[in-house]
Formats: sequence, C-alpha cells, structure tokens
Amino acid sequence: MTALPTVSSMSMLLPFTLLAPLAAMLLIVFLPKEETKTIKIVAAMGMLVSLVLSLYAFLNYQWEPGGMQYTLTIPWIPDLGVNLALGVDGLSLPMLLLTNLIGFASIYASWNIDKRVKEFFVLLLILIAGVMGTFIARDLFIFFLFYEIVVIPIYIMVIIWGSTKRVTKEYAAMKLTIYLLIGSAFLLVGMVALYLAAGANGNPTFMFDQLSARQDLYSPAFQKVAFALMIVGFGSLISMFPFHSWSPDGYAGAPTAVSMIHAGVLKKIGGYGLIRLGIYVLPVGASFWAPYIATLAVISVLYAAFIALAQKDLKYVVGYSSVSHMGYVIIAVAALNPTAATGAVGMMFAHGVMAALFFSMIGFIYEKTHTRNIADLGGLAHQMPRLAIGFMIAGMASLGLPGTVNFITEFTIFMGVINVLPVHAILGIAGIIFTAVYILRTIANVLFGPRRAEWDHLTDIRGPELVPLVIFGFVIFFAGIFPNVLLGMIDSGVTSSGLAKVLETVSQAKIGGLF
Amino acid sequence: MFNITTVLTPEIALAVLSLSLLAIGLLIPAGARKGMMPLTVFSLMGVLGYTLYDFFYGPEAAFLGGLYMHDQFAVYFKILFLAAALLVVLSSGGYVQKLPKHRGEFYSLLLMATLGMMLMAGAGELITMYVGLELMTISFYILVAYLAEDARSSEAGVKYLILGATSSAILLYGISLIYGLTGSTELLEIASKLSGNLTPASLLATVFILAGLGFKISLVPFHLWSPDIYEGAPTPVTAFLAIASKAAAFAVLIRVYLLTMNSQTFSATGQTLLFVLAAITMIVGNLIAIPQTNIKRLLAFSSIAQAGYLMVGIIAGGISGIKGVIFYAMIYVFANMGAFAVATLVAEKQGSSEIKDLAGFWHRSPLATVVMTASLLSLAGIPPLAGFVGKFYLFSAAMDQGNVAIAYIGFVMSMISVYYYLSVVKVMFLAEGDGLPEVPVHGAMKFTMVFTMLITIAIGLYPTPLAKMAIAAAQSLF
Repeated sequence: MTALPTVSSMSMLLPFTLLAPLAAMLLIVFLPKEETKTIKIVAAMGMLVSLVLSLYAFLNYQWEPGGMQYTLTIPWIPDLGVNLALGVDGLSLPMLLLTNLIGFASIYASWNIDKRVKEFFVLLLILIAGVMGTFIARDLFIFFLFYEIVVIPIYIMVIIWGSTKRVTKEYAAMKLTIYLLIGSAFLLVGMVALYLAAGANGNPTFMFDQLSARQDLYSPAFQKVAFALMIVGFGSLISMFPFHSWSPDGYAGAPTAVSMIHAGVLKKIGGYGLIRLGIYVLPVGASFWAPYIATLAVISVLYAAFIALAQKDLKYVVGYSSVSHMGYVIIAVAALNPTAATGAVGMMFAHGVMAALFFSMIGFIYEKTHTRNIADLGGLAHQMPRLAIGFMIAGMASLGLPGTVNFITEFTIFMGVINVLPVHAILGIAGIIFTAVYILRTIANVLFGPRRAEWDHLTDIRGPELVPLVIFGFVIFFAGIFPNVLLGMIDSGVTSSGLAKVLETVSQAKIGGLF
Repeated sequence: MFNITTVLTPEIALAVLSLSLLAIGLLIPAGARKGMMPLTVFSLMGVLGYTLYDFFYGPEAAFLGGLYMHDQFAVYFKILFLAAALLVVLSSGGYVQKLPKHRGEFYSLLLMATLGMMLMAGAGELITMYVGLELMTISFYILVAYLAEDARSSEAGVKYLILGATSSAILLYGISLIYGLTGSTELLEIASKLSGNLTPASLLATVFILAGLGFKISLVPFHLWSPDIYEGAPTPVTAFLAIASKAAAFAVLIRVYLLTMNSQTFSATGQTLLFVLAAITMIVGNLIAIPQTNIKRLLAFSSIAQAGYLMVGIIAGGISGIKGVIFYAMIYVFANMGAFAVATLVAEKQGSSEIKDLAGFWHRSPLATVVMTASLLSLAGIPPLAGFVGKFYLFSAAMDQGNVAIAYIGFVMSMISVYYYLSVVKVMFLAEGDGLPEVPVHGAMKFTMVFTMLITIAIGLYPTPLAKMAIAAAQSLF
C-alpha cells in the first residue's frame, strides 16, 4: 500500500462526476422554496454535468489495457486501511453511465411535482450521488458507505411523496428500508469477516483488488460462510427469491423517480456486488453456492412472472417483472463463466434502461389519470400517442424483442448458461413466454381497445416530459443495434479485471467437484 | 518534572468554579440570573481548552502513590465530560430560565457532577473512584428532582435515590471484599495479587462490582430505573445523565473491571457473563424502544441498547476493543446531544415530550428536524454519520477476537433500531402539526444543534483525527 496518493491521468473526472449532483443539491438548499422552476433547472443542470462527464468517461475508456481507469486513491482512515479509492472498469462504467442516464431522466420524470419541491430534489440528488458512489468505489468500505447513504432518502421520499394503493406508503417505505437494512447487516458481518481475514498478516485493507489478491488467506470453509452472508445481503438487494417481497410493494408505494432509480440502478448494486465481491474475491464460496443460487434464481424468474400475470396495478406488474428479470442476472452470475458474466452486466444495464422507461411512463399515466388500475384504463393510445410509444418500447424491450438491447443481453446470458446449467437455462427461457404474455396483455389493456371518452381531456406528454422517452428509447435501440459498444466494454472489464481468469479456475474445479 | 497542581488544574478549576457559581447565585438578586449561563459556558470552554492541550502535550504519570492517574485515557474522558457539560449548558439556557426556582444552583450542581466524573476517570484506586462516583451520583439525585413541584420529577428523584443507593451499597460491598482479599485498594496491586487465583470471594466481589457499575450504564438486568428517571427528570439533566454519567461508568469499567479484575482466571467465565449481558442489553433495549410514545423514554431505551453496543467493545478488550469503546463514547456524546437538544427545545416551547407532539416539526422548525434526524441516524449507525464508524470499530474488534456471534447480534439489532428511530423521523416529516406552535431556534441552542450535527457528520466522513486520539488514549493504559 502506498502512502502517497496515486494520481493517474484524469483522476479528477470521477470525483467531479460524483460531486456535480451534490453541488446542485447544496445550491438548492439555499434557494427559496417558492422558486420551483429554478430548483428543477438547477437539479437538471447538475445531473447534466454528471451525465456528460460519465459519457465522456465511457467513450474515452481504453478497452485495450482495460482495468481500472480514471483512478484516484487517497488514504482515508489509515488505522482501518480505508482508502478513498475511486476508479471504473468495464464492469462498473456501464453501471455508472446507467445511473446518470436514469438520474438525469428521473429529474424530468418528476418535472410536475408541486409538493415540497425543494426537499424532493435535495433528497433525489443525494440518492443519485449515493448510487453513483457505489459503482465508482474501489474500496469495500467506501462502497458500503455509499450504499447505506441511499436508504434513508428513499424512506423519506416514499413516506412524503409516495402513493397508498394496496398497501399504505408508510408500510411500503418501512418494509423497503427494513429489508435492505437487515440485508446489509448480513453484508456487514461478511464484510468485517473478510476484512479481518485479509488483514490477518497485518496491513489491513478494504481495496477490492487487494482483497482478491489475498485469496490464499481465506480457507474454503470461510469462503463458503462469507459468500452465504453476501448472498443474503446482495440477494435481498437484487430481490432474489425468497428475499424479494419488498420490491413490488416498495415500487408501488414510491414516487416515480424513486421507482425509476430503485428498479433501474439501485437493485443492480446487488448483482454488481455479487460479481465484484462475491465471485472475484470469494470464488470457492461462489462455486459452492452457485447451484443453489441458480435454482433460487429460476424460481425467481418463474414465480415472479406467474404473479405478474395476476396483477391489477401497473406498478405491481413492472415490480414483479423486475424480480423476474433479475432472476436472469442471478442465473448468469451463478453460471460462473465469462460469457454469462458479460451477459449479466449487460442485462443489468438493459433492464435498468427498460425499467426506468416503464416506470416513468407509468408515472405519467398515473399523474394524468390518477389511476394505475389496468381495468380502469384502456385505449390510451388514442389520446396520448407519444406516451403509448414509450410504453410500447419499454414493453417490447421487457420481453426481449430483437433489435432492443435486452434481446442481445438475454441471448448472451443463455449462450453462457446453456452449457453449464442446461435445465436452468431451459426453464429460464420458458420464463420469457410468461413475460410476453403479461407484457402484451398489459399493453393491450392499457393502450389499445376502443377509445374511452373519460380520457379525452388528457394531454399527451410534451416538453420536458419527453426527455425520459427520448433518452431511453435512443439507448435501447442504439445499444440493441450496435451491441458492441456495450458488450465490448463489459467484455474488456471481465477480461482485464482478472474475472475471466478467476472464472476459468473455478469452473475447472467444478467439473471435477460438483458436477 | 511536574507538580501536582498543573496536573490537577482542570479538577481544581471545576471545583472552584462550581463553588463560586453557588456563591454568585446567592449574591445576585433572583431575577437577574441570566448571566449564569454565559459565565458557566466561558469558564467551561477555558477548562476544555486547557484539557485539550493537556491531552496532547501534558505529562503522563500516576501520582499520590498511584491514587490518581494522569494518563491520556483519563484526559480523553475529561475532554468528553467537559464537552458534554458544555453542550448541555448551552442547550439548557432557555429551559433553566423557565425553572420556577433555584436557577442559580443548577449550573453549580452540573459542574459538581462533572467533577465527580473526572475523578472517576482518573481514579487509580477504588476509594477515589467511589468518592468520584458518589459526588456524581449525589449531584444527580438533586438534579433529577429539580422540578420539585412536578410530581413525576420528584418521583424520579426518589426512585433514583433509592435504587442508586442500593447499587452503591453493592459496589461498596464488592470493594470491601476486594480489600479483604488483597489488603489494598490500589488497582495495580489488586491486579497483581488477584492474578491467577479465583476464589468464591473474589468471584463475588467481581460480580458485585460489575453489578454496581452495570447500574450506572443501565446494563440489563440493572436497567429498570432508567426509563422512569429519564422521563421524569428535567430534559437537560436527562441528557447529561444519559451521556456523561454513562461514559464515566464505562471509564471505570475499563480501568477497574477490564484491567484489574480480569487478571483472575475468571476471565473465561467472565467473558461468557459479559457476552450474555451485552446480548440481552442490545436485544431488550432495542425491542422495548419500539412501542415507546415518549421521546425521552425512547431515548432511554435507545441508550440502554447503546450501552449494549459499548459492552461489545469491553468483551473484545485489548487496545482495539478499548479504542472502540472510547471512540464510540465520544461520538455518542454528540449524536445524543443533538437529539436531546431538540427534546429540550420541545419541552421548553411546548411543555411536552410526547413523540406525537413532534408532528409537522419539519414545517415548524426545519433546522431542529434535520438535526434530530441526523442524530438518530447516527445512533442507528447509518453511514456517513459517525455512528457507523464507531460501530464498525466496536464490532470488528469483537470479531477479531473470534466473537462473531455478538457482533452479528449487534449489527442486526442496530438495523432493527432504525425502525423506531425512523418512526420519530416519520412523525416529524409527515404528520401535520395543526395548532402546534412555531418553534424557532435561536442563539446558543442553534449553535449546539448545528455544532453537534456538523461534528457527527465530520467524524463520520473523516474519523481519522478522533481515531488517533482514541488509540493514543487506549495505548496509555498498557
């Protein structure tokens, strides 16, 4: 461990990306609360800076050497060995970009908020910065710090701006918070155990690469226990069966922007953590638990898809569908091979964009019609054609239509999974059929059918409201048609971070051992 | 070399200050006692400044034949008590002005209690420790019953008197057993004479001392007094009782229990005993806090739970465990002080401490709401607030010793504690406080709130300076 801060080229890029929304947040704190328009514009500007910087980082990232780039390391708590270490590689950069895309769009999805505007945007910007921090941290302690920062703003946002439907918003908020916090208690124990095991010979560290480099200090028994703790922690975050039940209730209670960020990126911290911390640092534990995880994941896929079939509330449909889609990510993680890992990260990106688009469109529908009940809606495409386009794009992406990025990533996942876990792969693919059924039925019942006079007064989305549609629509099709922009990046991350190597050794051990 | 007066300066200053405040209170007419608060504040700031200097540059020695220790550990706790006293005084200005009588003596008694705590932290033998403890406790007997016209305050005072006296008796019995066994009250000598031998009498003495101190830190099953007394006592007194007296008892617990009594072969059994007590304390404190409707009672149960977390550090022992305990004790001062400052404000303006009377506080007093939220979340251990780092130190020290189970209970219970802390936050943000008054925050109260919140955030973001101080203090013991 070097005592001096190591500064590579462009080391300040990530801190600025992280600080832009916080700077906007501080500015908003000092604005008078009547100036709602100014507040919204300042929030949007802050997120625009972040978005542009992370786009620049994405485009300027060198695939060839790969590895962590734009790194910055500052010793932070020397006696614990905590470093404020930032950096991104092919695995985290898509997640960072996704966070900023959704963050930026979520500001516009909340453009019509008129209740306690100032507080809303202050909390929203803290939330976005917190999520962003988890993806750019190279230090486990800092990673965890950022992760926990997001929990409380979400709670406050749900209880104030949420909506009470099947469950009250207070209940939804508390359920969400307690599930995530109990999960994080498991994670904390695993994290401390890992930290102590890695620091057994002195020189304690939290750095991901250091933790991974010291694998010979972790006995197989330790790896199994530690990985089990991680699975509970990250599994509840990514809403893996049986830790999923917070997710639909939480999304249904939350305001649109929170649903977008939660389903879009926050959940992905679970998948990202499983890869970055689980497989990368604890490969033996991962290969021990992989078959069980894969089975739970298949249950997630099918069970959530079945429940989604029966839902009446739009947000519950998308909520259960996101549980189901996250199942694919977990299957891919459990397959333990580079192709599936690439697919897993790609799927997280693709699902994030799709879910955010879906929730923003549902948000607009709810804002205009004051209902999310599928039976009360119908024929909305007559009155709101642009909104219908957005809803359609999200639906088609959700069921993995070729041409959308979701198709590419699902395909990659099953390419990777089919050789290792054939039964799981087939059951997982079967899940797509259910997805198609509930998505198409929802679209048909909400958008199409005879024109209903009661909705004639509705105005279509326009102006700022179009921003989410334009951004996400563009990303879904652009990355669907030129998938290499995304998958090449992720692939370079899987290769250069040493993950591919880890996976190779693990899967070899597996052939002799578990299968 | 040094002479005894330079080393004892803070204690002497505090004793003089307390007595002169008493005299001033008598000399000036009853209506004009507003000046007492600034007087106390500035004198305390002077003493605190000197103590800070003393921590970094002062000599380190045991003197009067080991009767009194002047090491960084003791000075660290003196800083803690003085900071707590200062914050309590700052936040109690308005409250004390509303007291029906005896306003002059309030600050004098507060300083007397502080002096007792400082003696406890420095005591190198049992009688000095006991004198300090009684000085603190007797001052508190008066302070708790300060609202003499209020039935609940008087009831709390009587309860505290009876239970406190009983616990003192038990403690004293333990001390006398030790004296009988070893012929000494000096800690170092006791440690060397007791080492290795576990007799029924020494076991009894150890447990009695643990029980006596356990009462002060409201360790389950010696906790039953605290909710009633916290609720009945004047709010600033509750704050001081919850924060400083507990820290003082922990200082003694470390010096007397961990470093002296643990030299017996008792330590393995003792470990199990502490383990069970800490686990029960964390579980009971957190679970009973959930249904509370009074903010002071809620904070009382939360402080029971916090004592359980601190016990985890005692179980771990060693430098890392002690570091964890004293680090956490310091941040606990600021987090709790923020919460109690808000409680004092509400008690002062609305004459109530029910949680439902915090309704709509976000509209009525945004600053106080933010401070309360930050304080409670720090107590719950949510990053980036200081409580998280503190818990991390405590629990990682325990896990390092192989005590995974207790750390695990700690982590899970602290996540559960978020539930009741958030219920308070929910009332403040969500409920409409129709008909309740505006609660503006001014002057010293505003300073206390902002200061505690900034410290809580700053230590959470960059704990290194305080961690270094805590390590230095812990090392000075060995």
